[in-house]
Amino acid sequence: MVSANVRDGARDGAEAGHETDGNGGDVNDRDESSGLTRRALIAGAAAAAGGAITAGATRGLGLQEAQDPTKVPGARPVVVGSRSPHETPEKLLSGSMGGSSRTPLQDLHGIMTPADLHFERHHHGIPQIDPATYRLLIHGMVDRPMLFTLDDLKRFPQVSKLLFIECSGNGGGAYAPSPNPRNTPQSIDGLLSTSEWSGVAISTLFEEVGAHADATWFLAEGSDAAVMGRSIPMEKAWDDAMIAYAQNGEAIRPEQGYPARVFLPGWEGNASVKWVRRIELSDRPGMFRDETSKYTDPLPDGTARQFSFVMDAKSIITNPTYPRRLSEPGFVEISGYAWTGRGLIERVEVSTDGGDSWHDAVLQEPVLPKCTTRFRYGWEWDGGPAHLLSRATDETGYTQPVRQQVLDARGPGTRYHSNAIRGWRVGRDGSIEFAPV
Amino acid sequence: MSRANVVSRLLGVAALLPALAACGAGDSGGGVEAGNASSGAVMVETTDPVDGATGRAGAAQPVYGFGTPATESQIAAWDIDIGPDGAGLPPGQGTVAEGLEVWERHRCILCHGPTGREGPNDIITGRIPGDEFPFANDRSLRSTVGNYWPYATTLFDYTRRAMPFDLPGTMTDEEVYAVVGAMLYFNDLLPADAVVDSAMVVDTRMPARDRFVPDNRTGGPTIR
Repeated sequence: MVSANVRDGARDGAEAGHETDGNGGDVNDRDESSGLTRRALIAGAAAAAGGAITAGATRGLGLQEAQDPTKVPGARPVVVGSRSPHETPEKLLSGSMGGSSRTPLQDLHGIMTPADLHFERHHHGIPQIDPATYRLLIHGMVDRPMLFTLDDLKRFPQVSKLLFIECSGNGGGAYAPSPNPRNTPQSIDGLLSTSEWSGVAISTLFEEVGAHADATWFLAEGSDAAVMGRSIPMEKAWDDAMIAYAQNGEAIRPEQGYPARVFLPGWEGNASVKWVRRIELSDRPGMFRDETSKYTDPLPDGTARQFSFVMDAKSIITNPTYPRRLSEPGFVEISGYAWTGRGLIERVEVSTDGGDSWHDAVLQEPVLPKCTTRFRYGWEWDGGPAHLLSRATDETGYTQPVRQQVLDARGPGTRYHSNAIRGWRVGRDGSIEFAPV
Repeated sequence: MSRANVVSRLLGVAALLPALAACGAGDSGGGVEAGNASSGAVMVETTDPVDGATGRAGAAQPVYGFGTPATESQIAAWDIDIGPDGAGLPPGQGTVAEGLEVWERHRCILCHGPTGREGPNDIITGRIPGDEFPFANDRSLRSTVGNYWPYATTLFDYTRRAMPFDLPGTMTDEEVYAVVGAMLYFNDLLPADAVVDSAMVVDTRMPARDRFVPDNRTGGPTIR
């Protein structure tokens, strides 16, 4: 009912705008005095009107009304939409030398990540690539070494799936001996995003070039300033690896690998080489820098796990979390994300008492393999101290461990693949702090 | 290193492959099959446990005919990776002395310090007594070329493709050989009078060479 009203209001506003033709002309004209584009001003006016819909609808309720949107013509359609100026989600820049930015998980609903809020991790900046001159070279242990243009790639049968991608360093802060209580979902696990990724299956391309049966790895390199390289087992090529050129219905964003990238569902993000320009089939891995000196996991027995691709099951409550403060006792919907690189999330449990008791959360449909799953649990806060936890179980029977289990298995010096249970401590005053267990 | 060493090392890595195939089996996502005229259903075929090969080959003839054959010169222009067996190492050589000069001339020193120990960015230099590998147990340890990098070929590869940071990929092969020599010298892996060429890069045995093991996580209830 509510959504129907909003939709009607938007349609009416658009029609009114058309009648008056009030904002025609070049929407890109700049207002020299303010530096704002006219488009932004129009969007602002529309949003102000939108915000006032509520005020208009509450006439007589004693609320302050700046402007009654039912009494002024609304804004016209625009060629490119924008957010309400009241909504200002932002990525959090992090990492040395500006190498990463984190998705504001706590600001999002459902499972999809808006493309402009998708996390970033790159190793030497974002290259500018002309799609007209882009080429993907596939060579090595193949019958027919080939160059593919972007248009060539788009001519092949397309695959498209909703998938998460996560940096293997995501959540590293949760390993710290004394994690900062002022962490947010974004600062802890914001190197996680979910999109619909569209492209061509790498298996289709490997059929096309005549991959050799004795090839065991394919080496992928980007055309960024680091010429980022990773080696990927051929199993993944024949399974579900893809060359993606679209994200959430539009071309991949430059920071996500425009015009084309490798995408390896469920695997650590680093191996999904962005801006891919070369793939070489080989009978051995390349032993690139980012699969030897980085992205390997030291173990207590004096070894280091290498090619640890799969992201194991994980979950995090994104609401309510720091810095939100609960205003009064009563109903609170606990909600968050669960995901696993091994397939489907089978179960998410929530505890409000630090793990003494656990309750099954509702999994929001769709529950998809190698994609984030939204979970929800309705909680009645009694005004007392609480400790909110979530733990995910995947279809292999793997359950998200507590921190000590991970430390026992991998030691305190571990960095990557941090998936221990995250938690949030609620005080009597309603304040919330990050408190993993 | 010897070829035999390379082979045994790679066999170890290949041991993880059956587990990877199993992980994919849980993915019910369809779509890959649709429209693939030649291959029918995409499935992971029998994995050879010895060498990791899938046993699956691509089509004997092009399926769609899209794309352009790549010439040898086009491949050579982009085929820059150096294998752990030394494949791809270019002709040429450099001395440690020249490398120390390159270290300053190309401003390596600004990020890594005069001897590779000082930072502020990645630490190049440092060995651990006995060449132990206690990284999992000591969170304060910093990994270096001398205590963590398993292959000197990787050092050549990465330096040539990505360094110096503000002018990546601009050093000559001779400069790269020389500065790789300097970094190995910093780590007491080469003498000060060493001449570095492809054989030297392949034969320099890195202290952490045998520390790396395949991923043994397989899903299921065990935490690894």
